[in-house]
Amino acid sequence: MNLGDTLLFASGSLRGARTRTLLMMLAMSIGVAAVVVLTALGEGARRYVVGQFSSLGSNLVIVLPGRSETAGVNPGMLLGQTSRDLVLDDAQALLRSPAIRRIAPLTIGAAQASHGSLNREVVVMGTTANMLEIRHMDMGQGRFLPQADPRLASPVCVLGATIKQELFGAKPAVGAWLRLGDRRYRVIGVLAEQGETMGMNSDELVIIPVASAHMLFNSQSLFRILIEAKNRDMIEPAKHDAEQILKQQHGGELDVTVITQDAVLATFDRILRALTLAVGGIAAISLSVAGVLIMNVMLIAVAQRTREIGLLKALGAPPAQIRRLFFAEAALLSVVGSIVGLILGEIGSFVIGQIYPVLPVGAPWWAVLAAFGTALGTGILFSVWPARRASRLDPVAALARR
Amino acid sequence: MIEFSDVSRIFKVGDQQVAALRNVSLELGAGEYVSIMGPSGSGKSTLLNLIGLLDRPTSGIYRLDDQDVTTLDDAQQARVRREKIGFVFQFFHLVPRLSAATNIELPLILAGVPVEERRERVTQLLQSYGLADRADHRPEQLSGGQRQRVAIARATIMHPPVLLADEPTGNLDQTTGKEVMNLLEQLVEQGVALILVTHDPNLGGRASRQLHMVDGKIVSDSLGQAST
Repeated sequence: MNLGDTLLFASGSLRGARTRTLLMMLAMSIGVAAVVVLTALGEGARRYVVGQFSSLGSNLVIVLPGRSETAGVNPGMLLGQTSRDLVLDDAQALLRSPAIRRIAPLTIGAAQASHGSLNREVVVMGTTANMLEIRHMDMGQGRFLPQADPRLASPVCVLGATIKQELFGAKPAVGAWLRLGDRRYRVIGVLAEQGETMGMNSDELVIIPVASAHMLFNSQSLFRILIEAKNRDMIEPAKHDAEQILKQQHGGELDVTVITQDAVLATFDRILRALTLAVGGIAAISLSVAGVLIMNVMLIAVAQRTREIGLLKALGAPPAQIRRLFFAEAALLSVVGSIVGLILGEIGSFVIGQIYPVLPVGAPWWAVLAAFGTALGTGILFSVWPARRASRLDPVAALARR
Repeated sequence: MIEFSDVSRIFKVGDQQVAALRNVSLELGAGEYVSIMGPSGSGKSTLLNLIGLLDRPTSGIYRLDDQDVTTLDDAQQARVRREKIGFVFQFFHLVPRLSAATNIELPLILAGVPVEERRERVTQLLQSYGLADRADHRPEQLSGGQRQRVAIARATIMHPPVLLADEPTGNLDQTTGKEVMNLLEQLVEQGVALILVTHDPNLGGRASRQLHMVDGKIVSDSLGQAST
């Protein structure tokens, strides 16, 4: 009996028992759809987080003031003294490292911004021209902060898209004056709209040169220093160099924390991937439940078709062929059920994608493949026992009964 | 061609042993028309099942065409069954969801015969059995006589040298029963060995050789009047 005839015969007997076939296919497709939808969700969450991180900039190393020690006591704590501030000189010193392409110092503060009769509280970011490239920001109008000595406190500012809209409306903002606290700044550019990334909304920012920010807030300290390494391989050397240079700058004491974005990203990536696998695994359990159902129904089918099996044996079908017929039935069920399940899953993912547009929902190819494989595998695996039972049926007993 | 030497078949019923066949020795030639008669429980069906390789003897040797078939495994026996033995049952045993043509085609499908050849042989057989206009009917749409004719067509499509019939008319009325017997006897004339199990002496009497069984033994082996 060749493969085509086997499949034809099997599909014939599946069509012969319509309700049974439909129920088994339903169980199979729900299982497959669950795997597809759940992994699509998990993968969507992972891609969302990774996307958020990479929109922060690539090859990024971040310097934070202060250091949390896990062992021992910081001498500064005994003296009631906090760690040394990060200052602009520290940032400039970092450029000595060959692993570092560019840096951007960062100061953050809040100020009252007003233009004409409109005013609102805004987050003011003091930085340098390099910030644009390091953070992958895009300009909407005008230009970003000029390349100049970071110590130069020029009275210019760049607005986030929302701030521009709220304070200027449809009027041109570039060239106009904006009052921040008790100082005036000329607007030289407006950022393109880019939405929120990692809890920071650049649309609601006003960016001024770092020295201007120091004057505005009357402080010399930096909130962060963003470092861009020359390339991916230089991230670790850049981190090491940054620690060494800042230790030197701070009188031999390492009182800053240097983190690489990659490390953070990799951790998130691992956590979310594990989550996806776990969720997918739970869904796979529902697939194996479908498998048990198939086994149960197959056993009933063997009992119902005793006569037919006995007849096939009398007509000269060897036991292996009887087994193949039942495997073919299970395989057909699984394949059709899986295809229906995949379609259902894709529809489900699409609907979720429509409801939560920020999530890049989509089942990864390996999950689709795995769902299909698991469905086929469980289908055939759970038909082994029924098929064996059928092939061992005594034809005399099977044919004696009416 | 069929040679039983000292064959016994013992069934276990609970902890009792029941001998359905006791030390039967028998020789049947090619093309012979043999009837096996006897009361129910005499072992005639068991003998038929053993000849048809549906069952294995507890002891003794069964040779088919000078080949010891008792030592073959299930798959090999299935092959012998497919090529050398055709079955006709009392209850027809047609597959209900398949058409008459496909039911007849079944042994060819199992044997892996190519489609074109299958079609040709089935069409030919349907015609010679007067079933051409019933080819696409399912068994439930056929009369008893037609069903049995389909079953006989199925049994003969592989051209087996031996045809085993277990009460082939047991489920048919007189007239159709006679038709079916004529059909089977035509096959005998074409050289097929027919082994007929029945409890009906009139039917069994038509065979050229008649075996009577009682309690698992052959009590008489007589050449009756040649049936014509």
